[in-house]
Amino acid sequence: MRFLFKTDYEDDIRLFPHSGYIVSYGILLAFLVVAPFVLSSYLVSQLVFVCIYATVGVGLMILTGFTGQASLGHAAFLAIGAYTAAYLQQYNVPFPVYFLAGGLLTGVVGALVGFPALRLTGIYLVIATISFAFIVEEVLARWESVTHGNEGMRVKTLSLFGQAVPQNGPTFYFLCLGVLILTIVGTLNLLRSPTGRAFVAIRDSETAARSMGVNVSLYKVKSFAISAAITGLAGVLFAHKLSFISPEMFTLQLSIEFIIVILIGGTFSLHGAVLGAIFLVMIDPFLTYLKDDLPGIISGLAAMFGADSVTAGKVHGNVAAIASANGLKGAIYGVIIVLFVLFEPLGLYGRWLKIKLFFQLFPLYKRATFKRQKIYVKSERNR
Amino acid sequence: MSYFRAENLSLHFGGLKAVDSVSFAVEKGEILSIIGPNGAGKSSIFNLISRIYPPTSGRIFFEDQDITEQPAYDIAGLGIARTFQNIELFENATMLSNLLVGRHRHSATQLWQELLFLPSVRAGEKLHRRRVEQVIEFLDLEAYRDKLISGLPYGVRKVIELARALCSEPKLILLDEPSSGLNVEETDDMSFWIRDMKTELGITVLMVEHDMTLVNRVSDRVIALNYGRVLAMGSPSEVQRHPDVVAAYLGA
Repeated sequence: MRFLFKTDYEDDIRLFPHSGYIVSYGILLAFLVVAPFVLSSYLVSQLVFVCIYATVGVGLMILTGFTGQASLGHAAFLAIGAYTAAYLQQYNVPFPVYFLAGGLLTGVVGALVGFPALRLTGIYLVIATISFAFIVEEVLARWESVTHGNEGMRVKTLSLFGQAVPQNGPTFYFLCLGVLILTIVGTLNLLRSPTGRAFVAIRDSETAARSMGVNVSLYKVKSFAISAAITGLAGVLFAHKLSFISPEMFTLQLSIEFIIVILIGGTFSLHGAVLGAIFLVMIDPFLTYLKDDLPGIISGLAAMFGADSVTAGKVHGNVAAIASANGLKGAIYGVIIVLFVLFEPLGLYGRWLKIKLFFQLFPLYKRATFKRQKIYVKSERNR
Repeated sequence: MSYFRAENLSLHFGGLKAVDSVSFAVEKGEILSIIGPNGAGKSSIFNLISRIYPPTSGRIFFEDQDITEQPAYDIAGLGIARTFQNIELFENATMLSNLLVGRHRHSATQLWQELLFLPSVRAGEKLHRRRVEQVIEFLDLEAYRDKLISGLPYGVRKVIELARALCSEPKLILLDEPSSGLNVEETDDMSFWIRDMKTELGITVLMVEHDMTLVNRVSDRVIALNYGRVLAMGSPSEVQRHPDVVAAYLGA
């Protein structure tokens, strides 16, 4: 086990507390740099989606994880970023300009959503953000002169400094990775400065934050704007990755997927956003695999336990019918969320921390270390 | 003119008069205690001063400035810090970040500077940390720097809340029952700290307190309240002997 000996205030400010972090993140970075040249193009494409989802996850983490404001409207912010890109691209605006414009416009919209959200908390805020998402979806479908309505918009191949960057090539992967890394570093910087602490203060006690001089309304709006802007940037990349966008891609289901990203990753750390994104992107091919192979596996098992071929065939048919049922994906997502909230509220990153601690303390780890308990009950909270 | 002044302060919830035209003044550098039975309106006065509730009528002055209409977040900026009766700490943060939030009113960096963590932000962080360390030393909190609040015992939390208020370098501090939930020894420490705040840091203290030993030990003056009205005002022993106060506590 390592004991940190701190001799300078700098020790608590730096991003990597000790050299071990630099080594492990260095190895991770080296792997990510080599990845597009050794992995199959399918996996690289999945990695691009991980980067985009993780970027949105970081954005949502700022708002939900650190400021404590729930949002089910992030699909709409993603859509605004994506449509800004597609629209400006028609007029031959260069990529860096519309990339930043996408982020900026989404940030402004985010701030505007933040204002009515000032008076709402908890479930009411969720409802308000859902309705915002519906409004955006509807506007995208109806404002045909700009968005081409339900026909959708084709997004041309990205061109960066006169160079074409196809969405399946390694350059696009590096672009997405770069955006993700910059977002994470920017967010970490924010979190170790007064603004980030004000966000956390608002999350834990608005009254106390206010009495310490935090302008709660201003910081909530800031949080909404930053979160939306990051999501907008991700939206531009999302549009390029898919090369075609239409309103029905930015539905409530997508917003729920973003919630899954942070909930399953762990809502208190940026690691969570990345782990959650990996989980979400990788679960899709896994579900497809199950859909194709599960009926065969189950009927095979049935036959093994002595079922005759007719019964096994019936089992095969029934399982196949369930596996290809409509809306099954949503149901599975729901079950996953419920299970995580019940059994691992700290998410995948929390689980990782526990495993790490187990090895650090081995053989002295106590089972009850992370047992949740209420130390005393808070009464009379004034909001 | 007095340092801090409340004039005919009232707070009505419908027919209930939680605070009923209360007037008092705090002189610079004194320790003034507010006592009274449960529901007398003591905490309500604090909540009026820190603008959690808007007063029904009356005015509040601090350093000859009318602060009745100031937004709540500006009160800390003026140099008035407070603690809460039922500890309001940021539970899922470390003690250090709790105390650093106390420095919020002194932070002057812009959002874009923070995103890039420019040298000015870094310098600001170090300055805040230095100030926080002074408070940590003052209140003997060295053992808890990186501990999460949610895992700390009540007595320690109480001190951390006081520390957070001190980190904002206030001129006037409002302490809402600083000794509630503390054992005898911790209450002793608290009374020393309150005295030191006055003598060493030059902070004016306004506190609500039930523990009469603590009140007698530290207060320069005492105000007794009941049913939102002032019963008596004066030195601790005067107020305790006042017939109305005796009646309020023991029944007529």
